[in-house]
Amino acid sequence: MNNFSYIQADKAKEATAAKRDDKSAAFVAGGTALIDLMKLNVENHGQLIDVNMLPFRGIEMTKDGLRIGALERMSDVGEHPLVKQNFPAVSESLLLAASAQLRNMASMGGNVLQRTRCGYFRDTAFPCNKREPGTGCPALEGDNRNLAILGTSETCIATSYPGDLSVALTALDAVLTLENAKGKQRQVPITKFYLLPGTTPQRENVLEADELIVAITIPQTAAARKSKYLKVRDRSSYAYALVSAAVGLEVQGGTVRAARVALGGVGAQPWRSLEAEKALVGQPATEATFRAAAELALRGAKPREHNAYKIEMAKNTLVRALSEVAA
Amino acid sequence: MSAPTTPAPLNPDGSRRTFMKQAGGFLGLALAPPFLSQAERLTALSKKVEGVSTISLKVNGTVRTIRAEPRVTLLDALREYLDLTGSKKGCDHGQCGACTVLVDGRRVNSCLTLAIMSQGKEITTIEGLAKENGELHPMQAAFLKHDGFQCGYCTPGQIMSAVACVKEGHAGSEAEVREWMSGNLCRCSAYPNITAAILEAKGQMG
Repeated sequence: MNNFSYIQADKAKEATAAKRDDKSAAFVAGGTALIDLMKLNVENHGQLIDVNMLPFRGIEMTKDGLRIGALERMSDVGEHPLVKQNFPAVSESLLLAASAQLRNMASMGGNVLQRTRCGYFRDTAFPCNKREPGTGCPALEGDNRNLAILGTSETCIATSYPGDLSVALTALDAVLTLENAKGKQRQVPITKFYLLPGTTPQRENVLEADELIVAITIPQTAAARKSKYLKVRDRSSYAYALVSAAVGLEVQGGTVRAARVALGGVGAQPWRSLEAEKALVGQPATEATFRAAAELALRGAKPREHNAYKIEMAKNTLVRALSEVAA
Repeated sequence: MSAPTTPAPLNPDGSRRTFMKQAGGFLGLALAPPFLSQAERLTALSKKVEGVSTISLKVNGTVRTIRAEPRVTLLDALREYLDLTGSKKGCDHGQCGACTVLVDGRRVNSCLTLAIMSQGKEITTIEGLAKENGELHPMQAAFLKHDGFQCGYCTPGQIMSAVACVKEGHAGSEAEVREWMSGNLCRCSAYPNITAAILEAKGQMG
């Protein structure tokens, strides 16, 4: 790992200004993704700004929903009673992710900024448009078993966010609070936070250079209360999702009144399917309805040589998740 | 990267353990500055650290200081600077769990933790589990009794993780132990015996 300078910020402005003034700097909270990528030389930073002393903590119900400080750790949020009761999909997405050790370390804000597990991105011996724009994408014709089938482009087919939390947050319309070096905050819905690769796969989200994620707010709804995160992977624990589904349903008298559907592992970003949601609302909560919604969710899929299996797997995962929350 | 101190002489059996055990306590006491509370640490450290600096780590109850760059991980600080080689380097990327230690009572991967960010915290390694008189921690004894290892390389990480797993309340059943211990891989696949050891030690941990 190349050396870097280190600063422990005790005020938010100190952190965001340091980031603004040094293009090579990065924020560090848990460090689980960052130190890994720096050891691989995939990321190189001249300065790490430790944000752990900043006051972005707490898990509390507000009028806008559950507000979670971005520095809260995955394990604490996943096991928090307010999260378990009101947002089971969020709790499950956290506790099915990584390992107990990593969940103790990793912050909520950092989780949202995880980077792809595409093997070509993580190995500097290969070209990669995301890591070094314009160098090419070996995954197009190479090992693409784990990569995306929705929202991809000819420059990048990575599942840019490989994790679990943001899939649940996407289904439940969470909002990120960002703060910049002027001390100004703005709210960005997570559905507008990530960017599709297009011709600029290196630009993964709308964060500005001096912006820090300070909180995540999840609106309280009936569908969120009856939500679920279902994760399918190569081994039964401690693995990234091949495919996952975060769903929420509000069912009255056997009819779907509200539906939330997002998929992980298949999209270039966490994949919300408004088409599937539309196909569910007003329909009987039956497997036939769920199957029809799943067909719509995967309609635009563009598989490559090794990942066509994800289409059927995603449909089945979605049907199973919906059936389980409807039961 | 180089350790600032001369390597300790080897014992006749080729190990440095006895020497370091003594030297650890003694040098630690002699060299350690007063240990900083978290509030004091803020004032002391809220400026940029470049290159080698003095880093104070409280390991197994004793404050030790090293001179190291910000890029030195907690794992390397323990192994290469403090000669506490019980914590193992397996993958060095947070994928195997061999480096697991407790920081303020929580299990973490020390390979992805920076030493400089571990100041002001209580670090517990496998060397700190047994009592001073040598009596093993119930988890260590249970691993021995149930043969919870073959080559032993993953064992310190398994045991540290297992102690935390029980304390977290995640050792209610075999299935729960397997899920909550999934961050510790065992290449020899001693999993059934590891699971049995944890379930037994659970009853003996106060």
